[in-house]
Amino acid sequence: MSFATELRCRECHRSYPLQALHVCDFCFGPLEVVYDYEALRKHVSRRRIESGPPSLWRYRDFLPCDADAAIDIGAGFTPLIHAKNLGKVLGLPNLYLKNDTVNPTWSFKDRVVAVAATRARELGYEKLACASTGNLANSVSAHAAAAGMEAVVFIPADLEEGKVVGSSIYGPTLVKVRGNYDAVNRLCAELAGAYNWAFVNVNVRPYYAEGSKTLGFEVAEQLGWRAPDHCVVPIASGSLFVKIRKGLNELARVGLIEEPRTRMSGAQAAGCSPVATAWAERSMNFRPQKPNTIAKSLAIGNPADGYYALVQLRDTNGDCGSVTDEEIVEGMKLLAETEGIFAETAGGVTVASLKQLVERGSIDPDELVVAFITGAGFKTIDAVVGHLKPALEIDATIESFERAYAAVAKAGVA
Amino acid sequence: MAVKRVRFTFPEELIREPIIYRLGHEFRVITNIRMADVDEHTGWVILEIEGDPEEIERSLQWAEAQGVRVDPVTGDVVEG
Repeated sequence: MSFATELRCRECHRSYPLQALHVCDFCFGPLEVVYDYEALRKHVSRRRIESGPPSLWRYRDFLPCDADAAIDIGAGFTPLIHAKNLGKVLGLPNLYLKNDTVNPTWSFKDRVVAVAATRARELGYEKLACASTGNLANSVSAHAAAAGMEAVVFIPADLEEGKVVGSSIYGPTLVKVRGNYDAVNRLCAELAGAYNWAFVNVNVRPYYAEGSKTLGFEVAEQLGWRAPDHCVVPIASGSLFVKIRKGLNELARVGLIEEPRTRMSGAQAAGCSPVATAWAERSMNFRPQKPNTIAKSLAIGNPADGYYALVQLRDTNGDCGSVTDEEIVEGMKLLAETEGIFAETAGGVTVASLKQLVERGSIDPDELVVAFITGAGFKTIDAVVGHLKPALEIDATIESFERAYAAVAKAGVA
Repeated sequence: MAVKRVRFTFPEELIREPIIYRLGHEFRVITNIRMADVDEHTGWVILEIEGDPEEIERSLQWAEAQGVRVDPVTGDVVEG
């Protein structure tokens, strides 16, 4: 069973039934799932959660679907690592990394899609759909395959083959759409209205977004049932950023942790930074942008939850980094070389922003900081090829090796 | 007949132009402003446009050609 009671408009607070609805008919505000927190408070306990499965479904009571019928390919409950090496470089002794690169399709999207797919099937849908340039497409394809549902995945026609394979291996109907980003976007928004399919981030978005809360739940549990002092989160649509804090708030509301005082800071690529730009201008109105960055998984020029991300930055005394493509690559390398985590470009955005926020004085060195690494590096190899130390090439003799190795050792780069 | 909801974002140089009035005159569509926030520098309007689907599309292409950014009401649908 679920403790979800209704959908409610975030703006005008009108109520809607728990159906495939995502926007308020009156004010166009986004709809959000509401729960019976009193009943939830009586039902949940730390022990109940701790005895649950090592996946996001251990937080089943906080999710808007029946976990007994979950489409479960093992998403969630990923490692939280005390990043001592990276922390030393950045001057943050209490830095932790939430390593979501190890999800089943190697990104945090498995969390949101697991919940969206489960709820979609409950609502009677037989087809899962999405429009994506990478991570979301991979996850929708995989979950649909495991659920025996049909997947219809729309991708831009010029998407690199490497990214296409990460979806097509699961056997979805892949639709390559010719046209620029805006045209693909508009078409997919229309398709979502025209077809009675579950577009995971459109008509079932309220359920989809709830999956991101589990990152907040896990971090609190893994820290010994406490909220971090400061979170640094990449911002694309803004939903992840907002929902992590919602997760912490919900744990406090049902008495599992103390009231969080967590500061929430964001991370964006300078080439697609509608939230960071508005924040720097101290405006609550972001202007949509045309993305131009190597951080493709964050390239949302018109973020659905951009306004709410700005509200959260303001209300939690956060800050928002904005980093160049060069800084993103350096961030990816720094993370890999200090902590052994190969993240995709979004991880580079997070680490580079972390560095920027420390240098700007926006993060107190004494704070317990959690940075969220949301996707694996093998998805964006092109970003770092050409920026890495070249291999030594030798003949198959010891002498050849020793000569080559001595040369680099002498240069101090071995 | 169809109804389409879109968000127009106006750059500063178009703030003084009666774009929505002209859209309703030059194309056979009915425009209905549902929400808006416009100041001297920028502005956005959520618009319902009713008419023949092809005429709606033509009217949106015209708006874009004038320099208006046209987006889905609920933000970008394509995600990473």
